[in-house]
Amino acid sequence: MNPRTHFRLVVLYVLVGALLLVLIGRLWTLQVLDGERYRQTAAQNRTRDIVVPAIRGMILDDRGVALVRNRSALVVSVDRTSLSRQGDGGDAVLKRLAGVLGVSHASILQRIRLCSPTVKRPCWPGSPYQPIPVADNVDPKRALQIMERQEDFPGVTAQVQAVREYPHPSGASAPQTLGYLQPITQEELDERKGLKVTGYSGVDLIGRAGLEAQYDADLRGEPGFRRVLVDSQGRVTGTAEEKRPVTGGNLVTSIDAGVQGAAESALKKAIEDARKAGHKADSGAVVVMDATDGRMIAMASHPTYDPAIWTGGISQDDYDALLGKKRGEPLISRVTQGQFAPASTFKISSIAAAVRDGYDLHGTYPCPGSYNVGSRAFTNYEAQGHGNMNLHEALVVSCDTIFYRFAYEAWLRDGGTDPKKNPSDPMVGMAREFGFGARTGIDLPNESAGRIPDRAWKKAFWQATRASNCKAAKEGYPDVARTDPSRAAYLKAIATENCTEGFMWRAGDTANFSVGQGDVLATPLQLARAYAAVANGGRLVTPRLGMAVTRPDGSLVRRLPDPADPRLKVDPKVLKYIRGGLADVTKRGTAAGAFSGFDFKRVDVAGKTGTAEVYGKDDTSWFASFGPVSKPRYVVVAMVSQGGTGASTAAPAVRSIWEAMYGTDDRKPILKNGRLPTGLPGPPVSRTSQ
Amino acid sequence: MNRLKGYRGPGPWRGRAAGLRRLDWTLILIVLVLSVAGAVLVRSATFQLMIEQGKDPESYLKRHILNLLIGFVLGGLVTVLDYRLLRAYVPILYAVACVGLVAVLTPLGSTINGSHSWIVLGGGFQVQPSEFAKVGLVVLLAMILGEPRDGEIGPGRRDVLLALALAGLPAVLILMQPDLGTTLVFGAVVLGMLAVSGARKRWLAGLVAGGGAAATAAWAFGVLKPYQIARFTAFLDPSADPRGAGYNAQQARIAIGSGGAFGKGLFEGEQTGGHFVPEQQTDFIFTVAGEELGFAGGAAIIVLLGIVLWRGLRIALQAADLFGTLVATGVVCWLAFQTFENVGMTLGIMPITGLPLPFVSYGGSATFANMIAFGLLQAVHVRRRAFD
Repeated sequence: MNPRTHFRLVVLYVLVGALLLVLIGRLWTLQVLDGERYRQTAAQNRTRDIVVPAIRGMILDDRGVALVRNRSALVVSVDRTSLSRQGDGGDAVLKRLAGVLGVSHASILQRIRLCSPTVKRPCWPGSPYQPIPVADNVDPKRALQIMERQEDFPGVTAQVQAVREYPHPSGASAPQTLGYLQPITQEELDERKGLKVTGYSGVDLIGRAGLEAQYDADLRGEPGFRRVLVDSQGRVTGTAEEKRPVTGGNLVTSIDAGVQGAAESALKKAIEDARKAGHKADSGAVVVMDATDGRMIAMASHPTYDPAIWTGGISQDDYDALLGKKRGEPLISRVTQGQFAPASTFKISSIAAAVRDGYDLHGTYPCPGSYNVGSRAFTNYEAQGHGNMNLHEALVVSCDTIFYRFAYEAWLRDGGTDPKKNPSDPMVGMAREFGFGARTGIDLPNESAGRIPDRAWKKAFWQATRASNCKAAKEGYPDVARTDPSRAAYLKAIATENCTEGFMWRAGDTANFSVGQGDVLATPLQLARAYAAVANGGRLVTPRLGMAVTRPDGSLVRRLPDPADPRLKVDPKVLKYIRGGLADVTKRGTAAGAFSGFDFKRVDVAGKTGTAEVYGKDDTSWFASFGPVSKPRYVVVAMVSQGGTGASTAAPAVRSIWEAMYGTDDRKPILKNGRLPTGLPGPPVSRTSQ
Repeated sequence: MNRLKGYRGPGPWRGRAAGLRRLDWTLILIVLVLSVAGAVLVRSATFQLMIEQGKDPESYLKRHILNLLIGFVLGGLVTVLDYRLLRAYVPILYAVACVGLVAVLTPLGSTINGSHSWIVLGGGFQVQPSEFAKVGLVVLLAMILGEPRDGEIGPGRRDVLLALALAGLPAVLILMQPDLGTTLVFGAVVLGMLAVSGARKRWLAGLVAGGGAAATAAWAFGVLKPYQIARFTAFLDPSADPRGAGYNAQQARIAIGSGGAFGKGLFEGEQTGGHFVPEQQTDFIFTVAGEELGFAGGAAIIVLLGIVLWRGLRIALQAADLFGTLVATGVVCWLAFQTFENVGMTLGIMPITGLPLPFVSYGGSATFANMIAFGLLQAVHVRRRAFD
């Protein structure tokens, strides 16, 4: 062997030895020095926490009848993370899935794409790390195909899940009150403490509106979890640890399904009748409240929708329809979010204000057809004069001019256009005491506050609108002038007035205010509460729906708080006097026609009509009532926007609700002895369907 | 044995009994131990998957044992064959290997794990010609570079160029499969055999520089497949794409690292049982040893392979002629590079390529080729120089 070969063989010896030493050194580092770290990583690699979603609690009425419950559905979900790991992005799997489910590949792709401002529904609004349901209520045979052939469907799961169901007991839907569920967003998921429902467990939903949102924490329950051992394909090989989920509490509400159903059908009929009579009747609301403590017995809102459309992905058309103006925005509860001028129903506050301002409760006042407020004549409805009358009669015939006078004279005492330092504004103060212009505090999200236009509001509004008003004052309305010069001149005069003195609390403002017109806005709920205060002798109750949270066996988790009710600073005698006036409205006053033939012996109902004039629109129809007069227990208020007069549209709806509650000669009453059940119901009447 | 009767080589050859005594028994023992260890590890890597798939849990083990038996027979045949007679067959061997390598590039070939390296024979049998090409390469280069020379200390320019050209053709064919790992094995074998044959340093330097330039060019001109680039970037930063190219590397390291000093016990590896590491019975067999037998087991396998290489180099030093030295050198370079690359990639110090661990991994063609190489070492050893 030549020396060069020998030498190079020795070099090769050394080289090979060195390489093997490198391997052993590296092996030592990995296994002995860093072994603990890799052991931990390996443990995480091998186990997966499956969160077992809790069954959401039901929403029950006062008798324990389910308004919202759950049904079991076979839900097929797709895990985006798992799909993205597949070579083709999961395309082959989705195509197979589409074949099994009998839907198009494109429709599945649509349902699992993530929502964004540019991506229209159907799309996934929840967290991208959750499995996305692509079909619910799947035929068990098809679901079995997916579960049995998991190797063909990596990333696809079929699971029995509880989905929301709406049984509509006694025709009670109340979707705006009950609210709906939507997939939780990633941000909400991050914020939520405790166990997060992710991974293979299905979808985490969150209440997005109504009671579902308000009592989400009570209804949600506590998810359990299972720490399972998995292999690299995610196949479960065993269970390491388990904690069972706690079913969410059932929310017992004060809603009575029977009354709710009656309220919804009465509202529907009122709107249909108003439309037949040529009114637009674009929306409406009905409130039935316990006058003694503010419990909400029924809340109906129109237009309405079927909340079942939220279950399992919503199409863009359905979603647009729910949000859109075209279909009247059915998601909005007109009871708590609708704001309308209350018109004559507002006079209960104005009478109390006038009496506190010094006018004799038992005095006699002239009710001319027209009353001059400053330079402008303000008229009664259809400019009808009624001669001299007391305040009782003023309510019965709904005289406006008496209230114009009270308001105008008080305005003059406050200094008129040159107000003194602390003007008394008696009607504004009283309206606030009655709860107008502020949220009632009902246990529902997104309540509107209504509007009490006072001096401060006028000023702020003037500042906000000044620029456009002053521009119009200068340039006039050339577009309008082309077709209607007199109207253009009128508009220009108003713009000029608003531009120069819009900040002022003018005589006209206070006159409009006294009869619930002008810029006054109230929600039907606020009006119901004000009438409850008149009915119960002066307590301003806090409306509430949630009574208690109970377990599935009916035992109590917690009673929901009943906030204290502030007292009105109004002499009970005045309220009694007002009740007397309202009691005659239904018998010989503005609502006598609507209540003709009504069995006042069963229940003596008192009420007040309201017909609000809305600029450029049809009148808002109101009727606010309470009963029985001798010992008031319930308040029923109806409102139909663009529905005509209070007497013609709202009053008949209210009458039919009273008849449903107390019964007629041909109809069994919903109430037993004029009472709703007190105390908590037993276990839910209608259980989760299996 | 009749064909060996006229043999007049430097080593005495006194029939079967004497021949058996001249065998390298240490090498045989070590290869046997490695084969048994490999069989056990192959079973560990596969039995749970087989159970899950409702198949015979020992099916991989049985096939592996069959492969080993065939391999030992092949190795034995090569041992008793006078390796110098191989020279006569080298051109045929080379031609067959090249035809096989061309065949896999035609529709006859099948793609398994991204490489178009297989010819499926039917009946569940498949052949990987590149494994046998390694054998062909070693013998071919030994023949060209080991020709008796007068006075010259190394091979002449003509011989070197011929060797490079003849090695280059199959290397390019293998690279086209694409099988980067085997191409690199070819490079290591060529370099090692040229060096030991006594070729001038400038040839060696030129070869290294040429290889570097080719790699740079391949990178720059996009000859590499995207997955190869991905594997390489994943090697530099395994956490960059933990679900894609970096997945194997990361899972391999987790499996080995979690084994600790003494492992989790044979057949007890949770990472192995959960099939977290892909290709675990073939290219990633070392992770099974790492997880279940720990540092003790992993280091033992490296040491055993080290002994094989040491015996191989010893055989090269004691060979009767330059041809024998070069055959042994080629086998050592082949096995050494493949060991370093295979274990190194599971430990994250080498990029991931598809190379089996010699004598341990599952796989028919690789087992046969390794056993033939083992037979070549024994054949050279049997006919070593008289002193020892």
